[in-house]
Amino acid sequence: MLRRHVLKSTALAFAASLVLTPAAHAQNPTLKIGFVGVTSGPAAAWGISNQRSLETRAAWLNELGGVQIGDTTYDIQIVAFDDQKDPKRAIAGMERMAQEGVHYVVGPNVDDGAAAVRPVAEQNGIIYFPYAFPKELYVAPASNAILGMVANYQSGPAIYKYLMDNKGVQKVAFVAANESDPLSQRDSGIEAAKALGLEVVSDKVTYQVDTTDFTPVLLPVLQAQPDLLVLSGVSPANAPQLIRSARELGYEGLISTETAQDASVLAEGAGDLAEGFISVGGASTPELASDTMREFVDRYTKMFGEYNDESNTKVYALEYIIETLKANPAAIDDVEAFKTTIDTFEAPNPFMVGDAKLRYVGQSSFGQKRQIAVPLVVNEYRGGKFETLFVAEVD
Amino acid sequence: MEQIIANGLYLGAQYALIALGLTLIFSLMNVLNFAHGQMYVFGGFVCYTVVAQLGMPFILGLVASALVLGVMGALIERFLFRPVIRRSKRDESTMLLAAGIAFFLDAVILLLFGEKQRGVPKIVNGVFNWDFRLIMPYDRILIGVLAIALIAGFILFMQYSKAGRAMRALAQDRMAAQLMGVDVDRYSMIGFAMGAMLAGLVGALLVTITGVNLGMGGPTSVKAFLMIMIGGASVISGAIAGGFILGMMESVGLSVLSSYGDVTYLVIFATLMVFLAIRPQGLMGKPWG
Repeated sequence: MLRRHVLKSTALAFAASLVLTPAAHAQNPTLKIGFVGVTSGPAAAWGISNQRSLETRAAWLNELGGVQIGDTTYDIQIVAFDDQKDPKRAIAGMERMAQEGVHYVVGPNVDDGAAAVRPVAEQNGIIYFPYAFPKELYVAPASNAILGMVANYQSGPAIYKYLMDNKGVQKVAFVAANESDPLSQRDSGIEAAKALGLEVVSDKVTYQVDTTDFTPVLLPVLQAQPDLLVLSGVSPANAPQLIRSARELGYEGLISTETAQDASVLAEGAGDLAEGFISVGGASTPELASDTMREFVDRYTKMFGEYNDESNTKVYALEYIIETLKANPAAIDDVEAFKTTIDTFEAPNPFMVGDAKLRYVGQSSFGQKRQIAVPLVVNEYRGGKFETLFVAEVD
Repeated sequence: MEQIIANGLYLGAQYALIALGLTLIFSLMNVLNFAHGQMYVFGGFVCYTVVAQLGMPFILGLVASALVLGVMGALIERFLFRPVIRRSKRDESTMLLAAGIAFFLDAVILLLFGEKQRGVPKIVNGVFNWDFRLIMPYDRILIGVLAIALIAGFILFMQYSKAGRAMRALAQDRMAAQLMGVDVDRYSMIGFAMGAMLAGLVGALLVTITGVNLGMGGPTSVKAFLMIMIGGASVISGAIAGGFILGMMESVGLSVLSSYGDVTYLVIFATLMVFLAIRPQGLMGKPWG
């Protein structure tokens, strides 16, 4: 009798747990956000910082109970795909997103990948946020891509102008990896420099991404004696080595890039030789970061062991997607509704101090708002960390 | 010109050391070790962990890299290559296994050491500057000298030690060596461990100069294969010659052809194709294998 009672109680408890558990944990429907980008190989740092930013912010929002869009509260699920910096893989990744019913995708990280996925995104009603600069992705008739950062043709002229006015730069040299992104960034940088009246003294030298000794690469560049050496589209892996080789060859001029870098990587790879190196950063320099940004950095560090400064910019994409969906819940499975919301969308920027706003920009560069507004923060590396040199806005 | 030669010699010394480990494994076991570049990267990360994370002297980082990679190489030979070679007569089996190990090591490196570029502080400060005709940082000179010393040590070991003689006998004729009492399994394992150890040592040496990152493995393997194709597969002197030739070609190409864009490796590959069409066994290889 007792045994039967125990069995009955156990069965009841088990059944009750099955019924009550979902209510207790308040299971929300899931909103899938995709990521297609490079998380392996030499450029892995770019994509991994993207993916980890998404995962950190999604976990945080889910912990807070999810995101309310319209009348429904959703848990955010990140669906990630490593495209290995290969356009064919990027297409496969975007096709997978379509199969999974994902309408909003962050990435790809590079030009050819972003260009390759365009037909898949447009045919399957996907809005994607590339970290790639070709204007044809954002200029009509293209309409599904939204640039996730500041392009080099926007930051480059601002940096060159600042250095002309404040540091007396007159002669500039460009060096780039022999890949589509760095080469296109070099070409637009040359164009911008010439437009400002700078003398371009070297613009042909390129290098393989797997170069292990940059001394022979930089030798002919530095013989042209530039005031400013621009490392076009340089990856965080190559930047410290290039800086180190340039300084060891006796170069005393300025060095800059229009890509985001990581202070710890510069400190380890180039040490004091990186002093004064100018790069483009995000919104979490001490002067600009809000408490939310600081908490994001803490959570990221706890989740993954180490923060990546590139995430200062990459934290934004998910926030824009969610806030735009909140502004127009119909956009949750209708990207056309999302596009109509872009023009008027505005929301508080949680990652910056003051009354900064999240809004879409790009009107002057692309003729339509197809870029998220992240502050153009130009950093200078000093004493192992970045210091803000100047801040500008893009439109 | 002095600078170009110095750059070529420095590059050649590091390349030769990379190629030595690969050619040793190939000559002993007829295995194309596609994971050689990943072993190099692993060695770099071990050195980084010991020196930059644990704050220990660089020499300990070198020793740790050599030991870790040596043990890794021995285990890979004992538990992966040996059973496969025993059960399969097809060369593709070991090639696929090597490729699989390369992917596996890539994943392990990402998990253990992360995605970022890593480096250790300069081990020697200062730059040698000969009237701006020849500029070479002292740490590069030191690494170049260490690389050459390691190459010399390796040659002496192979020439005069019992293990070295046994491995050379194995490389020349596996069956004859076995009949003469050479323990094939033992020396294959030692050879593989030495090859991996050399990869780890170069990784550790270069982490002070070039740093190390997850993606360096594949391109390093490609360059190593290039060197042994130039010098002649399974010939130690060929690997050294291949390394120095590639280093010099790269240095000259990057200086002389810089105004034409990044055509140096295009020219190197085109030259190699012509060269291999004329001499497929490489500079010092034998046409019969």
